Amino acid sequence: MIHDFGIVWSERDLLLSGLGNTTILSALSAAAALLLGFALTPALMSKQRLPASIARGFVDGMRCVPFLLFAYIVYYGLPSFGIRLDNWTSGLVALTIYNAAYMAEILRGAWAAQPREPIEAGVAFGFSNIGLFRHIVLPPLLLAAGPVIGNQMIQIVKDSAFLTIIALPELTHAASSIQSRHYVPFAAFITAVFLYWGLCLVIEAGVGSIERLAAARR
Amino acid sequence: MGENRKVLDVAGVSKRFGDLEVLSDISFQVEKGETICVLGPSGSGKSTLLRCINWLERPDAGQIYLNGVQIGVSGGGLVMNDRELSQIRTHIGMVFQHFALWPHLTVLQNLMEAPVHVQKRPKAEVRDEALALLAKVGLGDKRDAFPAKLSGGQKQRVGIARALAMRPDLLLFDEPTSALDPELVGEVLVVMRDLAREGMTMLVVTHEMGFAREAATRVLFLDRGRVVETGPPERFFSNPETERARQFLARYAGDTANGRRGA
Repeated sequence: MIHDFGIVWSERDLLLSGLGNTTILSALSAAAALLLGFALTPALMSKQRLPASIARGFVDGMRCVPFLLFAYIVYYGLPSFGIRLDNWTSGLVALTIYNAAYMAEILRGAWAAQPREPIEAGVAFGFSNIGLFRHIVLPPLLLAAGPVIGNQMIQIVKDSAFLTIIALPELTHAASSIQSRHYVPFAAFITAVFLYWGLCLVIEAGVGSIERLAAARR
Repeated sequence: MGENRKVLDVAGVSKRFGDLEVLSDISFQVEKGETICVLGPSGSGKSTLLRCINWLERPDAGQIYLNGVQIGVSGGGLVMNDRELSQIRTHIGMVFQHFALWPHLTVLQNLMEAPVHVQKRPKAEVRDEALALLAKVGLGDKRDAFPAKLSGGQKQRVGIARALAMRPDLLLFDEPTSALDPELVGEVLVVMRDLAREGMTMLVVTHEMGFAREAATRVLFLDRGRVVETGPPERFFSNPETERARQFLARYAGDTANGRRGA
């Protein structure tokens, strides 16, 4: 068994590059999903029926699709419509769009729970448009939604493992290459599990510091 | 002389929500240094009137001028865009019934936020002024506290200091003590009385008859969206001209006697 881990250690460059790719993939799609979520939230909360029902349909629909199937559709299905994306782009697009639905729903909930009066005070004190959003609306929103957003980021890290099926060289892909090359399944996969865990610990540390900021303000 | 001392001029303002006419043809003026108390039963349109003055609600008819500049309508007769409206709002401070402090900022940051980010004044100068204002309202030691850690009375004193930090020409108070426990009302009224004495121009919607009697230069009595009576507090409280004002004052006296606070 020790010998197996020795083999994994000898392939550490491959694993680390997989970890690096998983990190990049997760970070980029988490940021993009959050931005897209922010763009969707006003539509979700709109009083106009058409944008509201389109956004609601997208959010509810997407949350009922298994991610693996969605990744298949983006990578293998879209070319039938003439849209051909390489595996990196497909992976990023799939992760981003899929999780944007969750982010939008998270932000909608947090937004709806925000008291209206501090925002109105912002308007009365001369804030408007982007300044109002950036200085008055956004900070309490992020403090309130931070822990749930962090949870969703952990979900994104784990979802990214599915992208091994479209040959994206992320961590799970690296671990299965090592196991198929040397036949050390337990050592290869358990090492990958610990690396995923480490990544999630980093996210949780971030969530922890947001929670401390929020708790001081409650 | 009278013309250039006029801070606020409200001329024929009306506002309706659907079928309900909340304000009809309201006109009055506020001179520099006056404290006007707006009194009236619940639902008489007092808060809506305040919210129309800084265009948090858009009036349906009438004009509002602050120091001769029309609010909400620009030179060409068009409705102001967000930037023009924001600019003019920085001259009007507002104190809210439920404080409406920004929960993510400390007390000091609450005071500095709009002067720094909206008025773009130098941070060091704003900070010095904010610290002086906190000392003035008796909260110098709370500058690093978050609003959630303060009592209602302290929150409202921060609310007043936050409005003053904008160096406003006019201060609007929307029932500033209505959300407070009775024993905390006094500390807020003390600050407001001091401001009135110092010559701050104030428009105060309130149910605190004692404050109106002592601090107001004039009382504006609203009922069902109309100015029913206006005049100096001594006359209004001891010898109201209209039957409706008499009823209001009588009912109010009854409520207070029964230990109920005006809503």
